[in-house]
Amino acid sequence: MRLRRWILPPALVLALAFAPKLTLAQALVADLTSHLIAITTGFSGAEVTLFGAAEGEGEVIVVVRGPDVGAVVREKRATMGVWLNRDRMIFDDVPGFYAIASTKTVEEIAPTDLRERHKIGVETLNLKTSQTASSERVAEFREALIRSKQKLGLYPQTVGAVTFVGARLFRTTISFPATVPTGAYQVSVFLVRDGRLIGAQTTPLLISKLGVSAEVVDFARKNPLWYGLVAVAVAVLAGWASSLPFRRA
Amino acid sequence: MQIYLPIAEVSVDLFLLLSLGGLVGFLSGLFGVGGGFMMTPLLIFVGVPPAVAVGTQANQIVGASVSGMIVHWRRDAVDFKMGSMLLIGGMVGSGAGVALFQLLQRIGQIDLVISLAYVVVLGAVGGLMLVESMRAIFQRHRGATPRHKLHQHLMIHGLPFKMRFPKSRLYISALAPISIGVLSGVMIAIMGVGGGFFMVPAMIYILGMPTSMVPGTSLFQIIFITGVTTVLHAVTNQTVDVVLALTLLIGGVLGAQIGGRFGTHLRGEQTRALLALIVVGVALKLAIDLVIPPEDAFSLGFIIK
Repeated sequence: MRLRRWILPPALVLALAFAPKLTLAQALVADLTSHLIAITTGFSGAEVTLFGAAEGEGEVIVVVRGPDVGAVVREKRATMGVWLNRDRMIFDDVPGFYAIASTKTVEEIAPTDLRERHKIGVETLNLKTSQTASSERVAEFREALIRSKQKLGLYPQTVGAVTFVGARLFRTTISFPATVPTGAYQVSVFLVRDGRLIGAQTTPLLISKLGVSAEVVDFARKNPLWYGLVAVAVAVLAGWASSLPFRRA
Repeated sequence: MQIYLPIAEVSVDLFLLLSLGGLVGFLSGLFGVGGGFMMTPLLIFVGVPPAVAVGTQANQIVGASVSGMIVHWRRDAVDFKMGSMLLIGGMVGSGAGVALFQLLQRIGQIDLVISLAYVVVLGAVGGLMLVESMRAIFQRHRGATPRHKLHQHLMIHGLPFKMRFPKSRLYISALAPISIGVLSGVMIAIMGVGGGFFMVPAMIYILGMPTSMVPGTSLFQIIFITGVTTVLHAVTNQTVDVVLALTLLIGGVLGAQIGGRFGTHLRGEQTRALLALIVVGVALKLAIDLVIPPEDAFSLGFIIK
Protein backbone atom coordinates (compact mmCIF):
# COMPACT_ATOMS: atom_id res chain seq x y z
CA MET A 1 0.00 0.00 0.00
CA ARG A 2 2.71 2.39 1.03
CA LEU A 3 4.81 1.26 -1.92
CA ARG A 4 1.93 2.03 -4.27
CA ARG A 5 1.51 5.50 -2.88
CA TRP A 6 5.16 6.19 -3.63
CA ILE A 7 5.13 4.77 -7.11
CA LEU A 8 1.78 5.91 -8.45
CA PRO A 9 2.14 9.72 -8.39
CA PRO A 10 5.51 9.80 -10.21
CA ALA A 11 4.17 7.25 -12.70
CA LEU A 12 1.13 9.41 -13.30
CA VAL A 13 3.22 12.51 -13.72
CA LEU A 14 5.50 10.70 -16.17
CA ALA A 15 2.51 9.37 -18.09
CA LEU A 16 0.98 12.81 -18.26
CA ALA A 17 4.27 14.39 -19.31
CA PHE A 18 5.18 11.92 -22.05
CA ALA A 19 1.71 10.79 -23.16
CA PRO A 20 1.90 9.47 -26.76
CA LYS A 21 0.05 10.63 -29.89
CA LEU A 22 -0.64 14.11 -28.69
CA THR A 23 -2.31 15.91 -31.57
CA LEU A 24 -2.70 19.45 -30.30
CA ALA A 25 0.23 20.81 -28.35
CA GLN A 26 -0.27 19.93 -24.67
CA ALA A 27 -3.87 21.14 -24.59
CA LEU A 28 -4.89 17.77 -23.23
CA VAL A 29 -3.11 14.79 -21.68
CA ALA A 30 -4.77 11.62 -20.43
CA ASP A 31 -3.93 8.03 -19.62
CA LEU A 32 -5.54 4.82 -18.36
CA THR A 33 -4.70 3.07 -15.10
CA SER A 34 -4.25 -0.11 -17.12
CA HIS A 35 -3.80 -0.85 -20.82
CA LEU A 36 -4.69 -4.53 -20.55
CA ILE A 37 -7.84 -6.24 -19.33
CA ALA A 38 -7.34 -9.98 -18.85
CA ILE A 39 -10.34 -12.28 -19.23
CA THR A 40 -9.81 -15.28 -16.97
CA THR A 41 -12.22 -17.97 -15.73
CA GLY A 42 -13.52 -15.72 -12.95
CA PHE A 43 -14.12 -12.70 -15.23
CA SER A 44 -17.42 -10.92 -14.68
CA GLY A 45 -16.71 -7.53 -16.20
CA ALA A 46 -14.01 -4.93 -15.49
CA GLU A 47 -13.44 -1.27 -14.78
CA VAL A 48 -10.64 0.99 -16.00
CA THR A 49 -10.04 4.53 -14.76
CA LEU A 50 -8.94 7.30 -17.09
CA PHE A 51 -7.04 10.32 -15.69
CA GLY A 52 -6.27 13.47 -17.57
CA ALA A 53 -5.36 17.13 -17.42
CA ALA A 54 -6.81 19.88 -19.61
CA GLU A 55 -5.15 23.17 -20.57
CA GLY A 56 -7.67 25.85 -19.65
CA GLU A 57 -11.44 25.49 -19.51
CA GLY A 58 -13.59 23.17 -21.61
CA GLU A 59 -15.80 20.16 -21.71
CA VAL A 60 -14.48 16.60 -22.03
CA ILE A 61 -15.83 13.69 -24.08
CA VAL A 62 -14.36 10.17 -23.79
CA VAL A 63 -15.14 7.65 -26.56
CA VAL A 64 -14.23 3.97 -26.13
CA ARG A 65 -14.44 1.97 -29.33
CA GLY A 66 -13.99 -1.81 -29.49
CA PRO A 67 -12.92 -3.98 -32.44
CA ASP A 68 -15.28 -4.24 -35.41
CA VAL A 69 -17.41 -7.38 -35.65
CA GLY A 70 -20.06 -8.63 -38.05
CA ALA A 71 -23.72 -8.55 -37.06
CA VAL A 72 -26.93 -9.86 -38.54
CA VAL A 73 -30.27 -8.26 -37.73
CA ARG A 74 -33.41 -10.31 -38.35
CA GLU A 75 -36.95 -9.07 -38.62
CA LYS A 76 -39.97 -11.15 -37.65
CA ARG A 77 -43.20 -10.83 -39.58
CA ALA A 78 -46.52 -12.63 -39.28
CA THR A 79 -47.16 -15.23 -41.98
CA MET A 80 -50.53 -16.94 -41.71
CA GLY A 81 -50.73 -15.87 -38.07
CA VAL A 82 -47.27 -17.24 -37.26
CA TRP A 83 -44.40 -14.91 -36.33
CA LEU A 84 -41.22 -15.94 -38.11
CA ASN A 85 -37.90 -14.38 -39.08
CA ARG A 86 -38.46 -13.18 -42.64
CA ASP A 87 -35.90 -10.50 -43.54
CA ARG A 88 -32.34 -10.12 -42.41
CA MET A 89 -29.59 -7.61 -42.97
CA ILE A 90 -25.89 -8.20 -42.44
CA PHE A 91 -23.72 -5.33 -41.22
CA ASP A 92 -20.01 -5.81 -41.83
CA ASP A 93 -18.12 -3.40 -39.57
CA VAL A 94 -19.98 -2.83 -36.34
CA PRO A 95 -18.05 -1.76 -33.22
CA GLY A 96 -18.32 -4.65 -30.77
CA PHE A 97 -18.28 -2.06 -27.99
CA TYR A 98 -18.91 1.67 -28.10
CA ALA A 99 -19.07 3.77 -24.94
CA ILE A 100 -19.34 7.51 -24.43
CA ALA A 101 -18.70 9.37 -21.20
CA SER A 102 -18.82 13.16 -21.02
CA THR A 103 -19.13 16.14 -18.69
CA LYS A 104 -22.41 17.27 -20.35
CA THR A 105 -24.50 15.74 -23.14
CA VAL A 106 -22.46 15.51 -26.34
CA GLU A 107 -25.11 17.59 -28.16
CA GLU A 108 -24.52 20.45 -25.71
CA ILE A 109 -20.75 20.18 -25.97
CA ALA A 110 -20.09 19.72 -29.69
CA PRO A 111 -21.89 20.82 -32.88
CA THR A 112 -23.06 18.18 -35.39
CA ASP A 113 -20.18 18.56 -37.86
CA LEU A 114 -17.59 18.07 -35.09
CA ARG A 115 -19.38 14.96 -33.85
CA GLU A 116 -19.66 13.61 -37.40
CA ARG A 117 -15.98 14.18 -38.10
CA HIS A 118 -14.74 12.44 -34.96
CA LYS A 119 -17.44 9.74 -34.79
CA ILE A 120 -18.83 10.91 -31.47
CA GLY A 121 -22.25 9.32 -30.78
CA VAL A 122 -23.92 6.15 -32.04
CA GLU A 123 -25.78 8.06 -34.79
CA THR A 124 -22.44 9.01 -36.39
CA LEU A 125 -21.27 5.38 -36.68
CA ASN A 126 -20.97 4.43 -40.31
CA LEU A 127 -22.84 1.12 -40.10
CA LYS A 128 -22.81 -0.24 -43.64
CA THR A 129 -24.44 -3.24 -45.22
CA SER A 130 -23.39 -4.87 -48.49
CA GLN A 131 -27.02 -5.75 -49.20
CA THR A 132 -29.10 -3.63 -51.54
CA ALA A 133 -32.16 -2.16 -49.88
CA SER A 134 -33.99 1.16 -49.73
CA SER A 135 -32.39 3.71 -47.42
CA GLU A 136 -35.49 3.65 -45.15
CA ARG A 137 -35.15 -0.13 -44.72
CA VAL A 138 -31.42 0.15 -43.98
CA ALA A 139 -32.13 2.90 -41.43
CA GLU A 140 -34.79 0.73 -39.79
CA PHE A 141 -32.39 -2.19 -39.41
CA ARG A 142 -29.56 0.09 -38.30
CA GLU A 143 -31.72 1.53 -35.52
CA ALA A 144 -32.69 -1.99 -34.44
CA LEU A 145 -29.01 -2.96 -34.36
CA ILE A 146 -28.07 -0.04 -32.11
CA ARG A 147 -31.13 -0.69 -29.91
CA SER A 148 -30.09 -4.34 -29.45
CA LYS A 149 -26.49 -3.41 -28.62
CA GLN A 150 -27.69 -0.86 -26.08
CA LYS A 151 -29.96 -3.47 -24.49
CA LEU A 152 -26.93 -5.78 -24.17
CA GLY A 153 -25.02 -2.99 -22.40
CA LEU A 154 -22.41 -2.82 -25.17
CA TYR A 155 -23.17 0.79 -26.23
CA PRO A 156 -23.40 2.64 -22.91
CA GLN A 157 -23.65 6.42 -22.81
CA THR A 158 -23.18 8.20 -19.49
CA VAL A 159 -23.55 11.96 -19.21
CA GLY A 160 -21.69 13.47 -16.26
CA ALA A 161 -19.42 10.45 -15.88
CA VAL A 162 -16.39 12.61 -16.57
CA THR A 163 -15.74 14.77 -13.51
CA PHE A 164 -13.23 17.51 -12.89
CA VAL A 165 -11.06 17.21 -9.81
CA GLY A 166 -10.14 20.84 -9.27
CA ALA A 167 -9.80 23.18 -12.24
CA ARG A 168 -7.71 21.10 -14.66
CA LEU A 169 -7.59 17.45 -13.62
CA PHE A 170 -10.43 15.19 -14.73
CA ARG A 171 -11.22 11.52 -14.34
CA THR A 172 -13.76 8.91 -15.43
CA THR A 173 -14.32 5.20 -14.89
CA ILE A 174 -15.08 3.00 -17.89
CA SER A 175 -17.08 -0.17 -17.11
CA PHE A 176 -16.98 -3.21 -19.36
CA PRO A 177 -19.71 -5.89 -19.04
CA ALA A 178 -18.85 -9.61 -18.98
CA THR A 179 -20.02 -9.95 -22.60
CA VAL A 180 -17.40 -7.47 -23.84
CA PRO A 181 -15.68 -8.64 -27.07
CA THR A 182 -11.94 -9.27 -27.03
CA GLY A 183 -9.46 -7.34 -29.15
CA ALA A 184 -7.80 -3.96 -29.59
CA TYR A 185 -9.73 -0.97 -28.21
CA GLN A 186 -9.23 2.76 -28.74
CA VAL A 187 -9.91 5.25 -26.01
CA SER A 188 -10.23 8.77 -27.45
CA VAL A 189 -10.43 11.88 -25.30
CA PHE A 190 -11.68 15.19 -26.69
CA LEU A 191 -11.45 18.63 -25.10
CA VAL A 192 -14.01 21.06 -26.54
CA ARG A 193 -14.37 24.76 -25.73
CA ASP A 194 -17.24 26.85 -27.15
CA GLY A 195 -17.98 24.16 -29.73
CA ARG A 196 -14.40 24.09 -31.00
CA LEU A 197 -11.97 21.19 -30.61
CA ILE A 198 -9.04 22.30 -28.42
CA GLY A 199 -7.27 18.98 -27.88
CA ALA A 200 -7.62 15.29 -28.62
CA GLN A 201 -5.73 12.17 -27.69
CA THR A 202 -6.11 8.46 -28.41
CA THR A 203 -4.82 5.71 -26.13
CA PRO A 204 -4.85 1.97 -26.89
CA LEU A 205 -6.45 -0.63 -24.62
CA LEU A 206 -6.25 -4.39 -25.09
CA ILE A 207 -8.88 -6.85 -23.87
CA SER A 208 -7.63 -10.37 -24.10
CA LYS A 209 -8.35 -13.87 -22.81
CA LEU A 210 -5.61 -15.23 -20.57
CA GLY A 211 -4.92 -18.53 -18.80
CA VAL A 212 -7.28 -21.49 -19.14
CA SER A 213 -9.86 -19.53 -21.19
CA ALA A 214 -7.24 -18.59 -23.77
CA GLU A 215 -5.93 -22.15 -23.98
CA VAL A 216 -9.42 -23.61 -24.50
CA VAL A 217 -10.15 -21.16 -27.33
CA ASP A 218 -6.73 -21.76 -28.88
CA PHE A 219 -7.24 -25.55 -28.87
CA ALA A 220 -10.77 -25.24 -30.30
CA ARG A 221 -9.58 -23.02 -33.16
CA LYS A 222 -6.37 -24.83 -34.08
CA ASN A 223 -7.36 -28.50 -33.69
CA PRO A 224 -11.16 -28.58 -33.96
CA LEU A 225 -11.33 -32.34 -34.62
CA TRP A 226 -9.19 -33.23 -31.60
CA TYR A 227 -11.03 -30.67 -29.53
CA GLY A 228 -14.35 -32.34 -30.40
CA LEU A 229 -13.01 -35.83 -29.63
CA VAL A 230 -11.53 -34.69 -26.31
CA ALA A 231 -14.83 -32.97 -25.43
CA VAL A 232 -16.71 -36.24 -26.02
CA ALA A 233 -14.11 -38.29 -24.10
CA VAL A 234 -14.27 -35.91 -21.13
CA ALA A 235 -18.08 -36.13 -21.12
CA VAL A 236 -18.00 -39.95 -21.22
CA LEU A 237 -15.46 -40.05 -18.37
CA ALA A 238 -17.48 -37.61 -16.28
CA GLY A 239 -20.62 -39.67 -16.84
CA TRP A 240 -18.88 -42.90 -15.89
CA ALA A 241 -17.12 -41.42 -12.85
CA SER A 242 -20.36 -39.99 -11.51
CA SER A 243 -21.98 -43.43 -11.39
CA LEU A 244 -19.19 -44.92 -9.20
CA PRO A 245 -20.29 -43.57 -5.79
CA PHE A 246 -23.82 -44.85 -6.46
CA ARG A 247 -22.71 -48.39 -7.32
CA ARG A 248 -23.83 -50.15 -4.15
CA ALA A 249 -27.03 -48.51 -3.05
CA MET B 1 -20.22 -16.82 -8.29
CA GLN B 2 -19.67 -16.07 -11.96
CA ILE B 3 -17.84 -18.33 -14.39
CA TYR B 4 -16.55 -17.12 -17.75
CA LEU B 5 -17.37 -19.39 -20.72
CA PRO B 6 -14.51 -18.97 -23.23
CA ILE B 7 -16.33 -20.08 -26.42
CA ALA B 8 -19.73 -18.57 -25.57
CA GLU B 9 -17.89 -15.39 -24.46
CA VAL B 10 -20.27 -14.64 -21.62
CA SER B 11 -20.04 -15.12 -17.88
CA VAL B 12 -22.92 -16.88 -16.14
CA ASP B 13 -23.66 -17.71 -12.51
CA LEU B 14 -22.05 -21.05 -11.63
CA PHE B 15 -24.91 -22.28 -9.42
CA LEU B 16 -27.49 -21.41 -12.05
CA LEU B 17 -25.64 -23.63 -14.55
CA LEU B 18 -25.26 -26.46 -12.02
CA SER B 19 -28.98 -26.47 -11.22
CA LEU B 20 -29.92 -26.26 -14.92
CA GLY B 21 -27.76 -29.32 -15.55
CA GLY B 22 -29.25 -31.07 -12.53
CA LEU B 23 -32.84 -30.49 -13.62
CA VAL B 24 -32.33 -31.69 -17.18
CA GLY B 25 -30.17 -34.62 -15.96
CA PHE B 26 -32.95 -35.72 -13.62
CA LEU B 27 -35.42 -35.85 -16.52
CA SER B 28 -32.85 -37.66 -18.64
CA GLY B 29 -32.29 -40.39 -16.05
CA LEU B 30 -36.00 -40.72 -15.35
CA PHE B 31 -37.35 -40.90 -18.90
CA GLY B 32 -34.39 -41.84 -21.07
CA VAL B 33 -34.63 -38.65 -23.11
CA GLY B 34 -31.54 -36.54 -23.70
CA GLY B 35 -33.29 -33.38 -22.59
CA GLY B 36 -31.91 -31.29 -25.46
CA PHE B 37 -35.36 -29.97 -26.32
CA MET B 38 -35.38 -28.27 -22.90
CA MET B 39 -31.67 -27.49 -22.43
CA THR B 40 -31.21 -25.45 -25.63
CA PRO B 41 -33.94 -22.88 -24.89
CA LEU B 42 -32.84 -22.66 -21.24
CA LEU B 43 -29.24 -21.92 -22.22
CA ILE B 44 -30.34 -19.26 -24.72
CA PHE B 45 -32.47 -17.77 -21.95
CA VAL B 46 -29.43 -17.33 -19.64
CA GLY B 47 -27.52 -15.53 -22.39
CA VAL B 48 -25.56 -18.21 -24.25
CA PRO B 49 -25.54 -17.56 -28.04
CA PRO B 50 -27.95 -20.00 -29.77
CA ALA B 51 -25.28 -21.69 -31.93
CA VAL B 52 -23.10 -22.37 -28.86
CA ALA B 53 -26.15 -23.59 -26.91
CA VAL B 54 -26.96 -26.18 -29.61
CA GLY B 55 -23.35 -27.39 -29.98
CA THR B 56 -22.64 -27.55 -26.27
CA GLN B 57 -25.84 -29.27 -25.14
CA ALA B 58 -24.96 -32.15 -27.50
CA ASN B 59 -21.65 -32.49 -25.64
CA GLN B 60 -23.21 -32.45 -22.17
CA ILE B 61 -25.93 -34.95 -23.19
CA VAL B 62 -23.14 -37.44 -24.05
CA GLY B 63 -22.05 -37.40 -20.40
CA ALA B 64 -25.54 -37.33 -18.92
CA SER B 65 -26.58 -40.28 -21.12
CA VAL B 66 -23.51 -42.35 -20.15
CA SER B 67 -24.32 -41.72 -16.50
CA GLY B 68 -28.01 -42.56 -16.97
CA MET B 69 -27.35 -45.66 -19.07
CA ILE B 70 -24.99 -47.16 -16.47
CA VAL B 71 -27.80 -47.05 -13.89
CA HIS B 72 -30.08 -49.01 -16.22
CA TRP B 73 -27.26 -51.32 -17.30
CA ARG B 74 -26.66 -52.39 -13.70
CA ARG B 75 -30.34 -53.36 -13.57
CA ASP B 76 -29.84 -55.28 -16.82
CA ALA B 77 -32.32 -52.96 -18.52
CA VAL B 78 -30.44 -52.14 -21.73
CA ASP B 79 -31.23 -53.99 -24.96
CA PHE B 80 -27.95 -53.51 -26.83
CA LYS B 81 -29.15 -55.44 -29.87
CA MET B 82 -32.23 -53.26 -30.27
CA GLY B 83 -30.16 -50.16 -29.53
CA SER B 84 -27.70 -51.02 -32.31
CA MET B 85 -30.53 -51.40 -34.84
CA LEU B 86 -31.94 -48.00 -33.82
CA LEU B 87 -28.46 -46.53 -34.09
CA ILE B 88 -27.90 -47.84 -37.65
CA GLY B 89 -31.16 -46.18 -38.67
CA GLY B 90 -30.27 -43.02 -36.77
CA MET B 91 -26.99 -42.58 -38.63
CA VAL B 92 -28.68 -43.05 -42.03
CA GLY B 93 -31.48 -40.69 -41.00
CA SER B 94 -29.23 -37.87 -39.86
CA GLY B 95 -27.34 -38.04 -43.16
CA ALA B 96 -30.63 -37.74 -45.05
CA GLY B 97 -31.78 -35.02 -42.64
CA VAL B 98 -28.72 -32.85 -43.32
CA ALA B 99 -29.44 -33.08 -47.06
CA LEU B 100 -33.10 -32.17 -46.47
CA PHE B 101 -31.99 -29.28 -44.25
CA GLN B 102 -29.83 -27.88 -47.06
CA LEU B 103 -32.67 -28.29 -49.58
CA LEU B 104 -35.12 -26.41 -47.34
CA GLN B 105 -32.49 -23.75 -46.71
CA ARG B 106 -32.19 -23.24 -50.46
CA ILE B 107 -35.96 -22.91 -50.85
CA GLY B 108 -35.88 -20.48 -47.92
CA GLN B 109 -38.52 -22.20 -45.81
CA ILE B 110 -36.28 -23.66 -43.14
CA ASP B 111 -37.54 -21.44 -40.29
CA LEU B 112 -41.17 -22.27 -40.98
CA VAL B 113 -40.45 -26.00 -41.24
CA ILE B 114 -38.40 -26.11 -38.03
CA SER B 115 -40.96 -24.15 -36.01
CA LEU B 116 -43.94 -26.13 -37.27
CA ALA B 117 -42.09 -29.45 -36.96
CA TYR B 118 -41.37 -28.73 -33.30
CA VAL B 119 -44.98 -27.87 -32.48
CA VAL B 120 -46.61 -30.62 -34.55
CA VAL B 121 -44.24 -33.46 -33.61
CA LEU B 122 -43.98 -32.57 -29.92
CA GLY B 123 -47.72 -31.90 -29.68
CA ALA B 124 -48.78 -35.08 -31.47
CA VAL B 125 -46.35 -37.41 -29.69
CA GLY B 126 -47.02 -35.85 -26.28
CA GLY B 127 -50.78 -35.79 -26.79
CA LEU B 128 -51.03 -39.43 -27.85
CA MET B 129 -48.83 -40.51 -24.98
CA LEU B 130 -50.84 -38.51 -22.49
CA VAL B 131 -54.15 -40.06 -23.61
CA GLU B 132 -52.74 -43.59 -23.49
CA SER B 133 -51.03 -43.30 -20.11
CA MET B 134 -54.02 -41.57 -18.50
CA ARG B 135 -56.26 -44.38 -19.72
CA ALA B 136 -53.87 -46.94 -18.21
CA ILE B 137 -53.78 -45.07 -14.89
CA PHE B 138 -57.59 -44.85 -14.68
CA GLN B 139 -57.97 -48.51 -15.56
CA ARG B 140 -55.65 -49.49 -12.74
CA HIS B 141 -57.54 -47.14 -10.42
CA ARG B 142 -60.83 -48.87 -11.16
CA GLY B 143 -59.19 -52.15 -10.27
CA ALA B 144 -59.75 -53.62 -13.70
CA THR B 145 -56.73 -55.55 -14.85
CA PRO B 146 -55.65 -54.16 -18.20
CA ARG B 147 -56.28 -56.79 -20.82
CA HIS B 148 -53.10 -57.86 -22.51
CA LYS B 149 -53.20 -59.79 -25.70
CA LEU B 150 -50.55 -62.46 -25.78
CA HIS B 151 -49.65 -61.57 -29.30
CA GLN B 152 -50.68 -58.31 -30.92
CA HIS B 153 -50.67 -58.35 -34.69
CA LEU B 154 -49.53 -54.96 -35.86
CA MET B 155 -48.32 -53.95 -39.30
CA ILE B 156 -44.70 -54.34 -38.27
CA HIS B 157 -45.17 -58.07 -37.75
CA GLY B 158 -45.67 -58.56 -41.48
CA LEU B 159 -42.23 -57.18 -42.36
CA PRO B 160 -39.36 -59.42 -43.44
CA PHE B 161 -35.91 -59.86 -41.80
CA LYS B 162 -37.32 -61.01 -38.49
CA MET B 163 -34.92 -60.96 -35.59
CA ARG B 164 -35.04 -62.10 -31.98
CA PHE B 165 -34.57 -59.51 -29.26
CA PRO B 166 -34.38 -61.69 -26.13
CA LYS B 167 -33.93 -58.79 -23.71
CA SER B 168 -37.15 -57.13 -24.87
CA ARG B 169 -38.87 -60.49 -25.42
CA LEU B 170 -39.68 -59.53 -29.00
CA TYR B 171 -39.50 -61.30 -32.34
CA ILE B 172 -39.89 -58.54 -34.90
CA SER B 173 -38.43 -57.37 -38.18
CA ALA B 174 -35.11 -55.53 -37.93
CA LEU B 175 -36.62 -52.99 -40.35
CA ALA B 176 -38.93 -51.69 -37.61
CA PRO B 177 -36.26 -50.30 -35.24
CA ILE B 178 -34.12 -49.22 -38.20
CA SER B 179 -36.92 -47.14 -39.73
CA ILE B 180 -37.73 -45.56 -36.35
CA GLY B 181 -34.03 -44.72 -36.12
CA VAL B 182 -34.13 -43.15 -39.59
CA LEU B 183 -37.13 -40.98 -38.69
CA SER B 184 -35.58 -39.73 -35.47
CA GLY B 185 -32.26 -39.17 -37.26
CA VAL B 186 -33.98 -36.89 -39.77
CA MET B 187 -35.49 -34.95 -36.88
CA ILE B 188 -32.14 -34.69 -35.10
CA ALA B 189 -30.62 -33.08 -38.18
CA ILE B 190 -33.50 -30.69 -38.81
CA MET B 191 -34.54 -29.77 -35.27
CA GLY B 192 -31.12 -30.09 -33.60
CA VAL B 193 -32.33 -32.22 -30.72
CA GLY B 194 -31.43 -35.77 -29.66
CA GLY B 195 -34.79 -37.19 -30.64
CA GLY B 196 -35.32 -39.05 -27.34
CA PHE B 197 -38.78 -37.61 -26.83
CA PHE B 198 -39.75 -39.13 -30.18
CA MET B 199 -37.73 -42.33 -29.85
CA VAL B 200 -39.07 -43.27 -26.40
CA PRO B 201 -42.78 -43.33 -27.31
CA ALA B 202 -42.00 -45.04 -30.63
CA MET B 203 -40.15 -47.83 -28.80
CA ILE B 204 -43.08 -48.33 -26.44
CA TYR B 205 -46.02 -48.06 -28.83
CA ILE B 206 -44.67 -49.14 -32.23
CA LEU B 207 -42.03 -51.71 -31.27
CA GLY B 208 -43.94 -52.83 -28.17
CA MET B 209 -40.85 -52.91 -25.93
CA PRO B 210 -41.39 -53.28 -22.17
CA THR B 211 -41.34 -49.79 -20.59
CA SER B 212 -38.57 -50.83 -18.20
CA MET B 213 -36.17 -51.56 -21.09
CA VAL B 214 -36.86 -48.31 -22.95
CA PRO B 215 -34.86 -45.61 -21.09
CA GLY B 216 -31.59 -47.58 -20.96
CA THR B 217 -31.82 -48.60 -24.62
CA SER B 218 -32.73 -45.09 -25.73
CA LEU B 219 -29.84 -43.56 -23.75
CA PHE B 220 -27.45 -46.13 -25.25
CA GLN B 221 -28.08 -44.89 -28.79
CA ILE B 222 -28.30 -41.21 -27.75
CA ILE B 223 -24.66 -41.44 -26.51
CA PHE B 224 -23.47 -42.22 -30.03
CA ILE B 225 -25.74 -39.79 -31.88
CA THR B 226 -24.82 -36.86 -29.63
CA GLY B 227 -21.14 -37.88 -29.64
CA VAL B 228 -21.02 -37.61 -33.43
CA THR B 229 -23.02 -34.38 -33.32
CA THR B 230 -20.55 -32.85 -30.84
CA VAL B 231 -17.56 -33.57 -33.07
CA LEU B 232 -19.42 -32.23 -36.14
CA HIS B 233 -20.30 -28.99 -34.33
CA ALA B 234 -16.72 -28.62 -33.06
CA VAL B 235 -15.27 -29.06 -36.56
CA THR B 236 -17.76 -27.11 -38.69
CA ASN B 237 -18.93 -24.31 -36.37
CA GLN B 238 -16.49 -24.34 -33.41
CA THR B 239 -19.45 -23.86 -31.12
CA VAL B 240 -18.70 -26.46 -28.42
CA ASP B 241 -17.82 -24.85 -25.08
CA VAL B 242 -16.20 -27.52 -22.89
CA VAL B 243 -16.23 -25.28 -19.82
CA LEU B 244 -20.01 -24.87 -20.17
CA ALA B 245 -20.51 -28.56 -20.99
CA LEU B 246 -18.49 -29.71 -17.96
CA THR B 247 -20.30 -27.35 -15.60
CA LEU B 248 -23.69 -28.57 -16.85
CA LEU B 249 -22.42 -32.14 -16.57
CA ILE B 250 -21.46 -31.89 -12.91
CA GLY B 251 -25.08 -30.97 -12.16
CA GLY B 252 -26.39 -33.25 -14.90
CA VAL B 253 -24.75 -36.53 -13.94
CA LEU B 254 -25.92 -36.18 -10.34
CA GLY B 255 -29.42 -35.41 -11.60
CA ALA B 256 -29.30 -38.43 -13.92
CA GLN B 257 -28.35 -40.78 -11.07
CA ILE B 258 -31.18 -39.49 -8.90
CA GLY B 259 -33.60 -39.58 -11.85
CA GLY B 260 -32.70 -43.15 -12.76
CA ARG B 261 -33.26 -44.26 -9.16
CA PHE B 262 -36.47 -42.27 -8.79
CA GLY B 263 -37.80 -44.02 -11.90
CA THR B 264 -37.84 -47.39 -10.14
CA HIS B 265 -40.46 -46.07 -7.70
CA LEU B 266 -42.83 -45.08 -10.50
CA ARG B 267 -45.00 -47.40 -12.55
CA GLY B 268 -44.53 -47.43 -16.32
CA GLU B 269 -47.73 -45.51 -17.07
CA GLN B 270 -46.92 -42.87 -14.46
CA THR B 271 -43.50 -42.26 -16.02
CA ARG B 272 -45.11 -42.02 -19.45
CA ALA B 273 -47.78 -39.61 -18.22
CA LEU B 274 -45.14 -37.31 -16.68
CA LEU B 275 -43.02 -37.27 -19.83
CA ALA B 276 -46.15 -36.66 -21.91
CA LEU B 277 -47.10 -33.66 -19.74
CA ILE B 278 -43.64 -32.11 -20.15
CA VAL B 279 -43.59 -32.68 -23.92
CA VAL B 280 -47.10 -31.21 -24.34
CA GLY B 281 -46.08 -28.26 -22.15
CA VAL B 282 -43.04 -27.48 -24.30
CA ALA B 283 -45.15 -27.80 -27.48
CA LEU B 284 -47.75 -25.38 -26.08
CA LYS B 285 -45.06 -22.88 -25.08
CA LEU B 286 -43.57 -23.00 -28.60
CA ALA B 287 -46.99 -22.66 -30.22
CA ILE B 288 -47.80 -19.61 -28.08
CA ASP B 289 -44.44 -18.01 -28.94
CA LEU B 290 -45.19 -18.44 -32.63
CA VAL B 291 -48.60 -16.78 -32.48
CA ILE B 292 -48.05 -13.93 -30.00
CA PRO B 293 -46.59 -10.79 -31.63
CA PRO B 294 -43.01 -10.24 -30.38
CA GLU B 295 -42.08 -7.23 -28.23
CA ASP B 296 -39.44 -6.19 -30.75
CA ALA B 297 -39.80 -7.55 -34.28
CA PHE B 298 -36.05 -7.12 -34.78
CA SER B 299 -33.44 -9.34 -33.18
CA LEU B 300 -29.65 -9.35 -33.21
CA GLY B 301 -27.84 -12.43 -34.44
CA PHE B 302 -24.25 -13.53 -34.22
CA ILE B 303 -21.96 -14.17 -37.13
CA ILE B 304 -19.46 -16.95 -36.56
CA LYS B 305 -16.26 -16.07 -38.32
